[in-house]
Amino acid sequence: MSRRTRLWLVAVSGTGLAALLVAACLELPPFGGSSHPYGERAVRAALARHTANTIASVNFDQRAYDTLGEMSILFAAVLGCVVLLRQARDEHRARPEPAEVDLPVRRYALIVLPVAVVGGLYVIAHGQLSPGGGFQGGVVAATALHLLYLGADYRALERVRPVGLFEVADSLAVSAYLVLGLAGVLAGTAFLANTLLPYGTFNTLSSGGNVPLLNAAIGMEVACAVVVLLARFLDQAVEIEQGNGKDDKDDKDDKESEKENGKENGA
Amino acid sequence: MADAVIVVSLLLVAVTATAAVANRDPARQALVLSVLGLVLAVLFTVLQAPDVGLSQLAVGSALTPLLIMLSVRRVKRRGQPKDGGR
Repeated sequence: MSRRTRLWLVAVSGTGLAALLVAACLELPPFGGSSHPYGERAVRAALARHTANTIASVNFDQRAYDTLGEMSILFAAVLGCVVLLRQARDEHRARPEPAEVDLPVRRYALIVLPVAVVGGLYVIAHGQLSPGGGFQGGVVAATALHLLYLGADYRALERVRPVGLFEVADSLAVSAYLVLGLAGVLAGTAFLANTLLPYGTFNTLSSGGNVPLLNAAIGMEVACAVVVLLARFLDQAVEIEQGNGKDDKDDKDDKESEKENGKENGA
Repeated sequence: MADAVIVVSLLLVAVTATAAVANRDPARQALVLSVLGLVLAVLFTVLQAPDVGLSQLAVGSALTPLLIMLSVRRVKRRGQPKDGGR
């Protein structure tokens, strides 16, 4: 394709897209208006199925199939990262040195860590009742775990975070979502249809039929996926080094690590 | 009143986003991005979308900057292979 044809193509498609967007904008309901055609229907459907948080109802009931797609995207992305960031043949692992952590930082991290983990689990568990859900709570719980890296050091984090276990849990959560969807097919309705379980009492933890279960599966999937993703990035940033040298670690004398610590404290 | 809050948070988003683009050092950019995530979360909450705000807070102001910082550290370490990690 010549340069001129390409420019022509970009100009035509850009103009077409701009025209379509302007046309769509003109038809939008006014900002902050009182008419919400989709919102009204979604709220009605959510209330009919005793789900207090309409967003959760849209995500895990009315549009559960979309959520399956989103989950697969995350799973595939993490899988890609795991494959790309693995230890290559010309790299080796160097055990990171334990580092001094300033007392206020350590205290803050260790106090906030349990609060943040419980907060994340709370957000997952109450997804069908209040704003939040598996995606948000999963990310909160997973990132909260990494406060241990700030408060203590990398080895402490590795001890509480067996990556292999989290990888298995990640796949199990994805399978759980699919199995819950297939259960609908086996029961004679449709894939991911919310008809299997009783809808329960409105605004209680067990309300909404399938919604809490799908929400929990997503929470587990996202939390494990983020932990695995961060573990790969941390491995690359902290542990894996270039070259095959085995005695690299022994060469590193205390002076150098002291210098390193000084640099980090000064920064 | 509600409109004023929306306008203020929109302006804050514009200012922080511009700062994130104008900053050339990736490590500092990550910090600015984290502030941008916070401001966006406020904007979404003001616009009555607390679910999206919560995702923005978790992903935009914690996860993304952390991934950027780790990548920056990795790239810098590659420049000087003798550098020790912790």
